[in-house]
Amino acid sequence: MALTLRVVLAASALAFTIGGAEAETLRMLTWGGYAPEELIKKFEAENPDIDVEVTLSNNEEMIAKLRATGGTGYDLAQPSHDRIFAAQKEYRIYKPLDLSKIDTASMTPNLLEGVKENATIDGDVYAVPHQWGTSGVMANMKETEGVTGFGDLCDEKYKGRTSMRLRRTILLGTAFSMGMNPFELYADKAAYQDMLDKVTAKLIECKPIVKTYWTGGDDLSALMLSGEVVVAETWDSTAYKLYNENPDIVFVPPKTGALAWIDTFAIPRGGEADDAAYKWINFVLKPENVKIMSASTGAIAAVPNGIELLPDDKQKAVKAAFTEADLDNLKFFANIPPGLEDMEGIALERIKAAQ
Amino acid sequence: MGRDAGRLSLILLMTPFLLWIGLLIILPQLGIGYVSLREKISYDEFSFGLKNYVDFVSEPVYRNTLFRTAWMSILVTILALIVGFPVAYYIAKIARQKSRAALFLLCLIPLWVSDLVRAYGWIVLLRETGVISSTLVDLGIINQPVEMLYNDATVVMGLVYTVVLFMIVPLTSTLQGMDDALLEAGYNLGGSRFTVFRRIIVPYAMPGIVSGCIITFMLTAGSYLTPVLLGGKNSSWFTEQIYNQFITRYNWEAGATFGVTLLVFTSFVVWLGLKLTGQSLATTVAKD
Amino acid sequence: MYDLSCDRVTKAFGKFVAVDQVSLDIPSGSFFSILGPSGCGKTTLMRMIAGFETPSAGDIRIKGESVLALPPNRRNVKMVFQHLALFPMMNVGENIAYGLQCRGEKKAEIPAKVRRVLERVGLPGVEEKQIGQLSGGQKQRIAIARCMVLEPDVLLLDEPLGALDLKLREHMKIELKQLQHQFETTFLYITHDQSEALVMSDRVAVMNAGRFEQIGTPRELYDDPVSGFVAGFVGDANILAGKVADIRGDEVLVELEGGGGRIAARRSDGSAVGSAVEVFVRPEAMRIGAATTEASLAGTVDSLLFNGANSRILVKARGGQLIEVADPGQSGSLAPGAAVTLTFETRRARAFARRAG
Repeated sequence: MALTLRVVLAASALAFTIGGAEAETLRMLTWGGYAPEELIKKFEAENPDIDVEVTLSNNEEMIAKLRATGGTGYDLAQPSHDRIFAAQKEYRIYKPLDLSKIDTASMTPNLLEGVKENATIDGDVYAVPHQWGTSGVMANMKETEGVTGFGDLCDEKYKGRTSMRLRRTILLGTAFSMGMNPFELYADKAAYQDMLDKVTAKLIECKPIVKTYWTGGDDLSALMLSGEVVVAETWDSTAYKLYNENPDIVFVPPKTGALAWIDTFAIPRGGEADDAAYKWINFVLKPENVKIMSASTGAIAAVPNGIELLPDDKQKAVKAAFTEADLDNLKFFANIPPGLEDMEGIALERIKAAQ
Repeated sequence: MGRDAGRLSLILLMTPFLLWIGLLIILPQLGIGYVSLREKISYDEFSFGLKNYVDFVSEPVYRNTLFRTAWMSILVTILALIVGFPVAYYIAKIARQKSRAALFLLCLIPLWVSDLVRAYGWIVLLRETGVISSTLVDLGIINQPVEMLYNDATVVMGLVYTVVLFMIVPLTSTLQGMDDALLEAGYNLGGSRFTVFRRIIVPYAMPGIVSGCIITFMLTAGSYLTPVLLGGKNSSWFTEQIYNQFITRYNWEAGATFGVTLLVFTSFVVWLGLKLTGQSLATTVAKD
Repeated sequence: MYDLSCDRVTKAFGKFVAVDQVSLDIPSGSFFSILGPSGCGKTTLMRMIAGFETPSAGDIRIKGESVLALPPNRRNVKMVFQHLALFPMMNVGENIAYGLQCRGEKKAEIPAKVRRVLERVGLPGVEEKQIGQLSGGQKQRIAIARCMVLEPDVLLLDEPLGALDLKLREHMKIELKQLQHQFETTFLYITHDQSEALVMSDRVAVMNAGRFEQIGTPRELYDDPVSGFVAGFVGDANILAGKVADIRGDEVLVELEGGGGRIAARRSDGSAVGSAVEVFVRPEAMRIGAATTEASLAGTVDSLLFNGANSRILVKARGGQLIEVADPGQSGSLAPGAAVTLTFETRRARAFARRAG
């Protein structure tokens, strides 16, 4: 028995060393489109000792996965900037970044500062910005008139022809459209609940007007392109893609301010290829690579001339959608204090369950 | 010696089964039960108690969704029985021996396609700009497109389609065991078609009906994709709330509570169903 | 007036004719059997009478009325199935009450009728028993009671004894006959077992390949078969193959195959001189003893088969045929190898044209 055990141990130790001698693997947990094949090939060509493995996910699942594994299994993750602080405090799934290994000089200073502000715990920085975009409304110009923001999703005129995603974005967007500022209420739970109650009532009242709640970019695209839906909540990048297929569909930054998100780079606590992760971060922020990345994601890189590095058609779409004033009016998601998400969750479920 | 060998082979035979039951079913359930009793105080601080269950009971949204899920699952089960019985009867009793296997296989075809693809199939057919709506418009039967998705009827239909096979299989195998002479005796002694059906076929098929209904009900109550995709804004299915708790809201404690509640509640419904119909597991499902 | 009449009933499945122009008349209160090998069409005929199959041609009358237009549940013909088909999900009382309930009898009267019929079949008070708790013979009687409680015009029985073991089968033969007497109902009994048919029936129809070969009392069939098939199928018989050598009035002289010599037999059909025939001699018609002129065969004792009153002596004839000879006295005086002469009365040997195959 003891002998067998020793043999097994020896064999696995051997396997381990052999495995270690092979190329390093960079396991990425990221969004669809955030690791285009072209860039992976280029990166692997520049770093022949690194293999890239990609797992596609979204904010919620990224954190759920990392939480379930205690932050192991992946070497680089890309949650949005408001998903760092609370997740780290509660589940300790990330490790501090070594900023000296990241080419922070190439990043847009205000975005970098914004993310750092949101992602610093006890002096350690846990995330740096990668790309940003906004959530707003898109409208089919042929079928609609004067769409200005989230409020239009509940306009009786468009009964049965609007769509939204039943997540926190629509709660916040509706709050803004009702003249409230949820970010300012973050600190005051009672006031926040009061705001949520108003928003919930509004969205329940709005339910007959909404055709359905979309759940992903694909079903949103199908709804818009088929003409079944004429006004919808959207990510700007999805709207830009649809603009290419049907120029009547344009992104409308809400008058009350588009809600901006920044997707970040964060290294999971159990990451085993930190150097490769840093190499990837610096690699994708190089201008020539930003162009390829933005063409794939439709989002704007967090580099000073991010908009210019978009593909031409998307650049046009962004410029058609945003004025300088709109860009100044961007509302970046603030860190969610603990407890608020539960309140929002119940609000969302009440809306969903309402008949 | 012989007894030892018998013992050894029993252990060898039972081990995989016990491992499977223990590691993949009991252990995770215990874990879920444990998590559901954890009360979150603050980051990384927990105490134990029934607070999660109290929260569940005191929030009408959750309660109502659970009842709605159970009620619709019962409806789906009944419809699956109504749809599945004639099919099973045809396969078991009317179809020729040769075509039986082919028919059975035909029933299995939907299982070769994933849930997701099947749901998308329905969406392609039923959406406002979908195949059925536009065909009806082209034929001039209706004058503007109709939306057939996002309502309870569609969800029920999609679920029946998904689970009906699990009704047909146990029913067919039960009915196959029935001697045709029983039916003929039923007629011969003066029974009408209805009498024979009610007094002979149904009681004979009862084990199949009960096991089919239990499987169907459990599958339906635990299904996720079909109600969410076909129900759209009106789906509100209990599993969706479990998913939301676990994944969207990182609230494992509530998610675990919901999971335990679903298991207990569906088991209760099955028990109640058996009681009300005067059946017991011993005389139906476990019948030799 | 006949309880049941079939008039040239025919049933064809595609090209295959299962029942071919069968006619029969069963007088009231008699025990009638249809005897034939499996596949002869007897079950199809019974299923047509019960209404589970529709005849291709011909008519079926019960008490003089054609029932062809009636569905099975409207015919007053009840059936005891081969495996009885008692309803396993009902207890004995419910099984018997089923038919009464179907007929819409008053609820209050049913239990009394059930009780009475159970008494008549000799199983009083078993209403509450489950079917699985009954013995084979009890099940048999319950199956009959279930039909008889409805007072049918004709009771059909489809080889109901087939599944029983030998001892019980022998016993049930007698019991069935007694039950039939007791109920005074017409029984139509189907079997491939000639002894069941002979023991119980008033009249027997021997069926072969979709046709009736002969209808008669058991004694007529046994003593006076009209064909080689009937002679071979009903009762035991030694079959000796040969050729007609000569015809003398109603006797034929048959030259046995294999140089077995000549024997005389009754001429039973139109076989001419030179045609191939089979001679049927029952074991109990054979004697061991002195030779008569032509109804005798020489041979040696091959073996002694002891079976009580049914004991046999197996004799190897000169031509090589093995011949069974009844030995009711179990004499034991002969030993294998002993030379013997077999004799029989000419009138108890019958020559029929040889059957195909």
